[in-house]
Amino acid sequence: MNEPSVIQTRGLTKYFGGKPAVYELNLDVPRGCVFAFLGRNGSGKTTTIRMLAGLEQPTRGAGSILGCDIRALTPDIRARIGYLAEEHQLYGWMSVQDCGEFQAKFFAKWNGRIFRGIAGHFALKPAARVKDLSRGERAGLCLALTLAPEPELLLLDDPGLGLDPVARRALVESMIYLTRKSDRTIFFSSHQLADVERVADYMAVLDQSVLRACCPLEKFQESVRQARLRFSGAPPALPKIPGLLQALRTENELRVTCANYDGETEKILRALAPLEMEPVPLGLEDAFISYLGERGEKSFILSELEAQP
Amino acid sequence: MAVTFHINTGSNTPIYKQITDQARLAVAAGRLAAGDPLPSVRALAEELVVNPNTVARAYAGLIREGLLEARAGRGVFITRKRKIYSRAEGWRRLEPLLDALIGEAMVLDFTREELRKAFEEKLGQWKHPKGGDRNDE
Repeated sequence: MNEPSVIQTRGLTKYFGGKPAVYELNLDVPRGCVFAFLGRNGSGKTTTIRMLAGLEQPTRGAGSILGCDIRALTPDIRARIGYLAEEHQLYGWMSVQDCGEFQAKFFAKWNGRIFRGIAGHFALKPAARVKDLSRGERAGLCLALTLAPEPELLLLDDPGLGLDPVARRALVESMIYLTRKSDRTIFFSSHQLADVERVADYMAVLDQSVLRACCPLEKFQESVRQARLRFSGAPPALPKIPGLLQALRTENELRVTCANYDGETEKILRALAPLEMEPVPLGLEDAFISYLGERGEKSFILSELEAQP
Repeated sequence: MAVTFHINTGSNTPIYKQITDQARLAVAAGRLAAGDPLPSVRALAEELVVNPNTVARAYAGLIREGLLEARAGRGVFITRKRKIYSRAEGWRRLEPLLDALIGEAMVLDFTREELRKAFEEKLGQWKHPKGGDRNDE
């Protein structure tokens, strides 16, 4: 990478009590990309984002954002970062328009056209009171407030949380609209893999406080693969396979899911001498679930049920 | 002529590949002809609600294959000369599809003769702009 990353962390770690919330995180986010930060609930995504935004002090390790140490963010740098918190903090008594005018006072740069544009995209009426807004409308308002100062880096903490499909689509459209300026970087956490598939270039996967993947989206999809092996009788015992995520055993079939599936994996599987072996393509969601789901060998729950008297 | 792209998320096929597949099919079916423009990266990205880089990657792939050409400042167009794959590579790509077709037909209890006839019939329906000859116009 020629240009320095807009976000870079090295060994970034945060403990709460004796428990690590984020452990030894090394992250590089290139400028101009849409970066999806994925992981199950409680995996440390919010803590990471809060550290990046300078709202949480790391226990140890280093991090920089827009070239500035995250322990010492200047007001100048902060003004170039748009942070959208997971829970939308707004004053209920304000109107949509009040919110915009109030927020504008905190920023040197404020683009009212963007504010009105995004608010309009979520069908918000300027005179509507915040306390009367639906969850999707509040999300739209918060997004408009975050985008109006035209930050070059956006940190969005699960912006799609609890949104209905229409509001989620409006959110995704807004994110795509933002990519019109090619130097704009979006770093967002999400559980909506369909949305991630639409907007993201890169993805990182956090699993129990540890980073488990960080790569372009299609690379992830290519390297997590599944093969179905058919045998005449019961499948043989599984040898040691590097990168094995899951193996599902049925009467005469073995379904093996591996990370970093390559020629070597193929060779090991072929050596089991199956009657037939075919690749099973995985969508992003299936690949993700295999990647983070319980590891090891399983059989169908149904066959266990059948075995009951 | 124009073509309408559509994409599915949650599919086994990555989005960029859905776009390249649909463009190829549209050319093969004669819905897109040499010289026809495709929407700009930006326009297609916003229409499909996908990251522009994804569309750009799909277009770049099609340009590499020789199906599309970029004309500076004017956009992307279907090329006149379609020299896409060597015969060997073409066969390598076609064979799994033939296998899938024949396999499915056998499972559904079609006879070889029925399949042959259906294949001929279908072939006749595809009005290829070049009358179905090779890619060496």
